[in-house]
Amino acid sequence: MHGSIMLFLWTFPVLVGLGNYLVPLMIGARDMAFPRLNAVSFWMIPIVGILMIASFFVPGGPSQSGWWAYPPVSLQNPTGNLINGQFLWLLAVAISGVSSIMGAVNFVTTIFRMRAPGMTWFRTPAFVWSVLAAQLIQLYGLPALTAGAVMLLLDLTVGTSFFAPERGGNPILYQHFFWFYSHPAVYVMVLPVFGIFSEVLPVHARKPLFGYRVIAVSSVLITGISALVWVHHMFASATPGWMRMLFMVTTMLVGVPTGIKVFGWVATIWGGKIRLTTPMLFALGAIVNFVFAGVTGIMLGSVPLDIHVNNTYFVVGHFHYVIYGTIVLGIYAGLYHWFPKITGRLYYEGLGKLHFVLTFLGTALCFVPMHAAGLMGMPRRVASYDPEFALWNVMASLGGFLLGMSTLPFILNVVSSWILGEKSGDNPWRAIGLEWLTSSPPPVENFEEIPTVISPPYGYGSNEPLVAAHATASPTNSESLIE
Amino acid sequence: MKLRAIVTLAVLAVLLGFFSLWVAQQSYSWMPPEAAAEAKLFDDLFSIFVGLGTFVLLGVTIPILYSLLFHRAGKYDSSDGPPIEGNTTLEVIWTIVPILLVLGLSTASYRTYQKMAIRGPMELVHLHMPQMVEPAYAEPFDDSPQREIRTALETAPIEEIDVTAKQWAWVFHYPDGDVTSTELHLPVDRRIRLSLRSEDVLHGFYVPAFRLKQDIVPNHTIDFEFTPIRTGTYRLRDSMFSGTYFAANQADVVVQPVEDYRQWLADAATQPPTPAYNRAAEEYDRLSEQAVVRGWKSVSPAPAPMVNYAPKQKPSSPPA
Ligand code: HEM
Ligand SMILES: [Cu+2]
Repeated sequence: MHGSIMLFLWTFPVLVGLGNYLVPLMIGARDMAFPRLNAVSFWMIPIVGILMIASFFVPGGPSQSGWWAYPPVSLQNPTGNLINGQFLWLLAVAISGVSSIMGAVNFVTTIFRMRAPGMTWFRTPAFVWSVLAAQLIQLYGLPALTAGAVMLLLDLTVGTSFFAPERGGNPILYQHFFWFYSHPAVYVMVLPVFGIFSEVLPVHARKPLFGYRVIAVSSVLITGISALVWVHHMFASATPGWMRMLFMVTTMLVGVPTGIKVFGWVATIWGGKIRLTTPMLFALGAIVNFVFAGVTGIMLGSVPLDIHVNNTYFVVGHFHYVIYGTIVLGIYAGLYHWFPKITGRLYYEGLGKLHFVLTFLGTALCFVPMHAAGLMGMPRRVASYDPEFALWNVMASLGGFLLGMSTLPFILNVVSSWILGEKSGDNPWRAIGLEWLTSSPPPVENFEEIPTVISPPYGYGSNEPLVAAHATASPTNSESLIE
Repeated sequence: MKLRAIVTLAVLAVLLGFFSLWVAQQSYSWMPPEAAAEAKLFDDLFSIFVGLGTFVLLGVTIPILYSLLFHRAGKYDSSDGPPIEGNTTLEVIWTIVPILLVLGLSTASYRTYQKMAIRGPMELVHLHMPQMVEPAYAEPFDDSPQREIRTALETAPIEEIDVTAKQWAWVFHYPDGDVTSTELHLPVDRRIRLSLRSEDVLHGFYVPAFRLKQDIVPNHTIDFEFTPIRTGTYRLRDSMFSGTYFAANQADVVVQPVEDYRQWLADAATQPPTPAYNRAAEEYDRLSEQAVVRGWKSVSPAPAPMVNYAPKQKPSSPPA
């Protein structure tokens, strides 16, 4: 349940929200292409939330089969009630699938059709590229998950036999449906965060994004490759040797486009005029964490290594390093970076830095010990652990506590500076980008007049205007209100 | 300035190389004992990944820290950095290097996999290929001289054992003597072939000291082979979430010299079946006795298995 709620009700909605807000601003559009579709898709999320939370109160309690909901365990219904926790969970997943498909159609259409005049593909910000890449994944992947969830629901309620072994079904088939989407899903979450890095680093290092075109295109490469790796979650699930080897190679290949991005980011800040602002700290911390997670990811991709650590705390450590260490830190980077845009006020740097230090240390303390416990052989999803693993578990709990504390300065910062913070002006970072041309916070329709783009997005140091003169003042000569 | 940076980086790279090697050596100590030939193969491969991984991780982190220290803008400096948009040579290099790296790692993994010769489950026809097992002994290892094992391997028959997993117990059946047990006894230095079966849901056969794991799928029989090389008692766990009490679904694995193993089999064969200790059933009963039942309803555990050899207590092996 923790997994489902965190993914479906926290990470996804926050990222989608950020995308919804930023994409139109960055491409010079007044809104998303289909505002009504957007609203329907949005209002389905609270329904998903209500279903998931309601499942705690039905007889028999919530779904007990983890976020995978693998049959046959997920089909065992100890209470015998028709309306049980697993039923509500599956319904929630199916609805959330439909909602996200609608959202994806909207994003893709918006990015294809509504870019400002003059904004060719290679003048489109890397963040927009990465949102596009992520939403394309939703379009091809989600139908599989949604179909799998519906079939499982039918098995559970009306006794069909897609996956139920005692009726001749094949439980492994469900795993294919599940992972065909749920592996790419991790990229749906991480790609926009890559986009955030690509926006934040040039602004705070005052240097163009190094290898912008390659970074932009590698997002789409990731979309492609991530469609072909799902079996790496099933190396131990009765998967034949040839399939193991094939998916081992495709999995490792994911390291190539991601590696290109990381090198590009490092080269971006190299030799720049770095300002150590809170978003910069979060972005760099997240990149380091991501490299660590990528290293353990490649280990998991190697079949002989995965056979030992699969379903142990090593995997739990790996994906928390991605989801918390990279995605959550990256989201914080984005929130601080665009905070003046959203609110028109400056946040407090001191609190922001405190937040960063606590978060970074908490992540390491909470999730590094999990790798050690996993190598020793501690399985995941256990309710009790053997004394052997106690040391690692106590460390992880301390780290978890630290992470809990770390959100306090964040909340304090957001609330107090939203109300009392210094006015930021329209463009406190002197950043280049359409979103910084309009006022902060932006008017309802985003732009008074749609700008015409005349150059690529990261012209730091070269003094070229981004948009044609008749539009709003060019950012290079707008005043700096910070520092 | 530029030269200084290059020299500094070169020196750091060499130091980093040595440091990564050292970390790779350390990685052996992060694991339980190497109780199977496959465990040794795992540890060697893992060490390579750890070494390269350390190099890559620090290879990215150090330049970031270097920039943060030396490329900071002064307090009142509002100028921009140089407008460098890219560098084709560099970009080509850092595309090719990762490609070579992952191909190398895939090849190393493939070769290790071949040596382990873990049978692809569901391949119903198996050829016996001792040459695939042999390289596992290419390097001498501590406990026993390698030649002896090799001959033993070539001449000894494969030891076949049926394994049944259920919610929540393991039952081992030895066709040789028709013995059942809830403790898995194995002869050392023999190729073992398990036939894995599940009576209900997915389970996972996992012995960390062997570094081996295989999910068990209802309605299928999955063959699984390996070679224990170190006597001792190790822990078998259920690695696939199989319901409320799955954490309690553990058993001892006793690896013993062949003579002891034969003796154990012979003794067990004379014992009448008795109910075995079952931790899941015990925990379930304890919970349902409580006046107020906390927690959510669970599938009830299968009755304690009736076996010839039934340890009356919890597994006593070191938990790893
Ligand atoms: C880029 C962001 C990434 C995210 C968000 C991510 C996320 C995850 C998650 C959530 C899981 C666990 C799934 C589960 O078992 O419940 C996982 C497992 C795995 N990840 Fe990643 N990962 C990322 C990067 C990578 C990379 C770069 C690789 C390798 C190239 C990788 C390889 C794996 C493998 C092989 C597993 C399966 C391990 C197992 O269950 O045995 N991941 N990842
Ligand atoms: Cu994956």
